[in-house]
Formats: sequence, structure tokens, C-alpha cells
Amino acid sequence: MGSGSPDEPSIVVAKDNNALVIHALDEAAERLGLHIGQPLANARAMCPDLKVFDADAVADAKTISDIADWCDRFTPLVALDPPHGLFLDITGCAHLFGGEAALLQTLVRALGRQGFAVSAAIAGTSVCARTLTRQASGSIVADGGEAAAISRFPVSALGAGETISTGLRRAGLKTIGDVASRTPSEITARFGARFSTLLAHALGQGDAPINPRKPLPDYIVEKRFAEPIATDTMIAMTLSRLADTLIASMEKQGKGARRLEAAFFRTDGAVRAIMVETGRPVTRSAVVDRLFRERLDALADPLDPGFGFDMVRLSASRTEIVVQEQRDLDAHVHDNDELAALIDRIAARIGGKRVVVHLPEDTHIPECAVLAAPAQHHLAVALQAEWPARTESEPPLRPLRLFDKPEPINVPFATVPDGPPHQFTWRRALHAVVRVEGPERIAMEWWRQDGKQLTRDYFRIEDAEGLRFWIFRDGLYEGECFDDDGKPAPPGWYVHGLFA
Amino acid sequence: MSGARRSALATLRGQIERIETAEVVHHRDRVALGHSEADSALKGGLARAAIHEVFCDGRHGAAATGFVTGLAGRVTTRKPLLWVRQDFSEIETGALSMSGLAEIGLDPRRMVMVRAADVESALRTSADALACDALGAVVLELWGETRQFDLVASRKLTLAAQSSGVTGLLLRMAAQPLPSTAETRWMLRAAHSPPGPVWSAWGAPRFDAELLRNRHGPCGRWIMEWKCDECQFSESSAYPQPVAAAPAHRPDPAVFANGQRLAG
Repeated sequence: MGSGSPDEPSIVVAKDNNALVIHALDEAAERLGLHIGQPLANARAMCPDLKVFDADAVADAKTISDIADWCDRFTPLVALDPPHGLFLDITGCAHLFGGEAALLQTLVRALGRQGFAVSAAIAGTSVCARTLTRQASGSIVADGGEAAAISRFPVSALGAGETISTGLRRAGLKTIGDVASRTPSEITARFGARFSTLLAHALGQGDAPINPRKPLPDYIVEKRFAEPIATDTMIAMTLSRLADTLIASMEKQGKGARRLEAAFFRTDGAVRAIMVETGRPVTRSAVVDRLFRERLDALADPLDPGFGFDMVRLSASRTEIVVQEQRDLDAHVHDNDELAALIDRIAARIGGKRVVVHLPEDTHIPECAVLAAPAQHHLAVALQAEWPARTESEPPLRPLRLFDKPEPINVPFATVPDGPPHQFTWRRALHAVVRVEGPERIAMEWWRQDGKQLTRDYFRIEDAEGLRFWIFRDGLYEGECFDDDGKPAPPGWYVHGLFA
Repeated sequence: MSGARRSALATLRGQIERIETAEVVHHRDRVALGHSEADSALKGGLARAAIHEVFCDGRHGAAATGFVTGLAGRVTTRKPLLWVRQDFSEIETGALSMSGLAEIGLDPRRMVMVRAADVESALRTSADALACDALGAVVLELWGETRQFDLVASRKLTLAAQSSGVTGLLLRMAAQPLPSTAETRWMLRAAHSPPGPVWSAWGAPRFDAELLRNRHGPCGRWIMEWKCDECQFSESSAYPQPVAAAPAHRPDPAVFANGQRLAG
């Protein structure tokens, strides 16, 4: 809102019921008597030289989310209060910033410097604090003083909606104190249970929990800098020190981290969070350090310090109890640990989904017989998996390389029905068939009703050059394949894999 | 030749000898492939803790994959195998199939696959993996010519392999052999099944393997066959010969086929 000169009235308009109405306005416009919800045509008539901007809901949401990210520096519990509000649960945090008054002042000043108009208040319940921001920004209400603090404010400050506010005014209840003086049953009967709950919360009788944007991490350590840091060395050093502290505090409770998040708070308000996950609980700070180095190294859009970071936070958002084992005597266990550590490092660098192990699936359909699962989470399962045993003294029955999607081939002329082709064209090259083995018939799973799938006859084929293919005919001759008119059509042929 | 020059040459020769023997100390650990001629050319077998390159034409990708899988199966029987591949090669030659791997005689449980998006991340990952001694072998599968895989990158891989004792296998499909620090360099082609009636048993993986470079021995070219049950290579005369005698006035079909392939 900070843009534009103070004398020139500017408004933001949004479309409401096919009319452009004022969505937000600045102080100069407010002085002219314009108000939110007024049609743009009326506003123009009152003041021809208005500056008009279009509302952008997505950009608004992004901005409020960025501000919420920035507010993470005060407390991990930040909740959105749409459309323009934020709740911060500062229980137990205020002393870190020199008390509630100092915290409020720091927050309002810092946001003000960034060009935002802020009204903020602290109270025992979230609804009371929100009511205060509308009328008495900057106030701090002690526990138990809620009712007294808000009783003189108009009912519209409760934010219960236009209908209820008008209804209350018509009933002669102008201030919140007036409304509170009636018995709750009267209010509920006239304005509904929701409003009476809202009122009770505003008066400090009970509180609704806020809905934080992120779950509270199990462990948090952070470092603030009077002088912002910007160099890679300093960032790396800070991270490794934070890792030491984090691991030390987790060790006391016998925990190891499975998911770690480093948040970098830039002086200009931007916050960048970087996450690494591990397959096994991490209990050594050197490992944490290395994982973050790999991750930072491989970032597609690198960490931009701008004018420097004034705070770095490391949190463990997922932890697990670590069972201490005697490992030195069993080299095999040690090997598996090393492998898991290597997988974690590679995953930190290129992404967890790109490192996979394979699990057998109980199906005959070749492309579905194997499931690739992220190695970080499924390594132990994969090592114990039961694969179907191969038939002794048989050549390989399944190809070494399998196409994800079978590739169509062109079989130039029909051979014996149900027989293999004599030659075929694949990728613009003609292959003459020298040896054939088959067919191996694989019927589709009729008990799964996902569309009509055709029976396949697979052939193992060697061409004149010695290349070996696994080809199949999709559908039986004159049994399954029909063209658009319902007449039998020749089935299609596909290459599904290549043998060594 | 003057005396000074002769002594300088002798010094250089001595240096080369020292460098090479220093490597030989590392490479003493060799594993026999099972093919006697190839093993004798390789001085006992394939060296562990070194890099071996397998090149092939684009069409012979599956055969080269089979050969590399065989080498990996020889090098390690118990330790895990890390297979790093570029996304593009999966589109071109298909994905490595675990059922197929099991049919070849390797254990899919020991296989960890890394799907690298590009050559840089594939190279970096495999260098990292080669330094981890919990692995038995690292396979790096690249498709096409790459600028990134130069002598420096190759040296990096070799050093990592030497320090950890892990064997590195490079599968270079649709690429031309270039100088590198590899211990051996192979050119792979698919080989015909042995002559015989069309309906006779066939299908065991057969390779026409040409050893292009061997740091510590001669080169050669052999037809090698992979025994899936024994998990080793062997000579190619595994199948019974046709009962009917080959006509005397025509060349042997195997030789004929060989010549044809060379010409093509």
C-alpha cells in the first residue's frame, strides 16, 4: 500500500456482482469520504482524479504468506487470518525479544520500514487481539482484562460481518460492552451460536486455537547476527555450529533427525527454507553438515544472501528415537549404514525420488512387475524382498532392458495367424527375423476393471545381426481387435524389450 | 645416440616403470571372468579398484548392458551395486529391468538405481559413490558423446576407485572411444546365436567383445557367452553343433556371419 504520493487518493478495485467496487483504499481516499464496497463509478463522480489499481488476489495471498514467513523469526506458530491478518502465538517467546512491548514495537517498526501499514495488538485470546487491532493498534491487554479493554469499541470491530453489525446497531447495541451486557441466550437466539461464541472469545471467555501454517518442529536452534552475514564460509560455519547444538540437544533425549530444515532470514525480509531428509535418524553433526553442503551446492536457484542474513535457524521437524547398537563386530551392518549415508547424500543433492530401489509386485504384466520406490525410505524392505527365482538352465525369459511404453513396430505382411513375423520395421530400420521362440501368452487382469486390455502373445526374436527383441502382438487374431465399424482388424505389434 | 640422451631416456623409462608398478600394487586384486583367453590377456582377470569402459553402437545397447551387468556380477557377489544412469538413455534403450537382471543371475535386491537428469549430476554422483567402500561396483551409464566426460573427470573417477577399492564400470552407448584413464576399454556388439536348427534352444547372452585397450596386457577380440546359472563368462561353444556336416565348398556359417558383420 505504500506506493503513491500521500496527497493523491488511490484505490484498489475488484469485481463484485458485475460491478467494480472499491476493495481497498489509502488514507487520502478515506479523507475524501470514500469507503470499501462503494462502486467505482460513484467514487469517480466524487473524485475524478482517483488513481485506480486492479486487485490481484494471488499477489495479495503471496505477500501475506511472505510476511508470515518473515514473522517466523518471532515464533514458530504463525497462522493466517484471511484476508489481511496474521496471528502469532507468542506464548513463551516474548522474553527473547525483551518483553511483549518491545516485541510489538520491533515487529511494527520492521514491517513499517518495509512499506507496510500495520496494526498490531497483544491479548490473551486471538479474537480479542484481532478486535484490538481494528480500533486500538499497539495496545497490550493482560490476561483477564479483555472485556474491559474492548467494551467501548463499536460492534463492527468484532468482524462478525455486515448483517450482524447492522442488526446489532438496529437493536440499539452500539458498543461491544452493550452487547456483552445482554445474556448470552438472547444474543444466541437473535444472532446465532457462532456470533455468541465469537463474542465470548473476544471477551476472554475461552479461546479458539489458531491454525499454524507449519507444524511445530521438535527441535529448533537459531543464531541471530547483529551484523548480517553474506559469505559462503560464514554460512557454512554457522550451519555447522547450529548442527552441533541441535544434535547435542537431541542426543540428551536419545533422538535422531529424519527431516531437517534450515531457514535463512534475509535482512530485507525474504526467507528461504531448505530441507533435507534422511533415510535413517541422523545423530552426528558432521553428517548434518555434509548433507546441507551437498544440498546448498546443488540448488537449482542458489541461496542469494542479498545484503546478508540476519538470522539462521535450523530445525528438526521429524525425529525418531535412536536405538544404540553395538556395530563394530558386524561388518555387514556397518556396510548398510554406509550405503544409507551415501543414499542420503545423493538424495540431498539430486532429490529423494531420483534414488530408487526396486520391489517385486505380484502381477504377470511385465511393465507392472517391479515397483521403483525411493531408496531412503525403502532400503531395508528392498534388501529383504522376495524375488521370483529364475528357472535353472534356461536362457533369460525376460529382457534386460524394458521399454516403459511398448514401441509400435511395423509388420509388413501377415504371416501364419497367431505366428511371429518374418520381418519388422522398428525405428525406421528393417529387421529380418532369424530365430523365434514363443509365443508366451500373457492375459491381462480381467478382475481389475480399468478399461479393456488385450491379451498379448510375446515372442523372443533374434534378427540377422544378432540383436534380440521381445515383441508382442496386442490382441488375438480375429478375436479381440475390431475397427470402428465393428469388423475384425489386424492386431498391432510392439517391441517391449531388448535381450542382451 | 649420445650417452646423455640415452641416460635421460633410461631415467624416463624408470619413472614410467615406477608409476605403472605403483598402480599394479593397487590392481593386484583381480577377478577372473571365466573366458580363458580374455583372462590371460587381462593377466588373470578384471582388475578391481579401477575403471573399465564399455562402448557400443546405439543399436547394441542391450548387449553392452548385458556385458556390463556380467562384469558387475563377477566383480561383486555380496556387496550392493549402484547404477547411475542418465534419463535420456532410458528413452533410447529402455529401462534396466529387474526381472531381466534376475534372469541374468544377479540379485535385484543389491541394486540401487540413481536416475540422474544430466551428465554433470551423473558424473558427480558416481564420483561420490566410487569413494564409498560399502559398494561393490558403480555403473555409470551415459548415452551419446559428452563433452563433460574428459580426461579430468576420468582421472577423478580412477582416483576415487583406487582409494576405496570399488570397481567403476562405464557403459557408454552410442559413443566413440576416446583417451581416458580407464584400465580397460571394450567395444561391444551383439553376437549371433551359434548355428543350429531354428527350433533348438538359444537365447543365452552372447557378446562379440573387443578389448580395445588394456593397460597391462595385450588386446583381443572374443565371442563370449554369459552363463546365467554359474554367473560367469565362458567360451562360445556351448551349444551342440548341427548334426549335418557343413558343406565343404561353402565357408563355415559362423565365419561367414562374422565377416558380414564386420563389413556392416
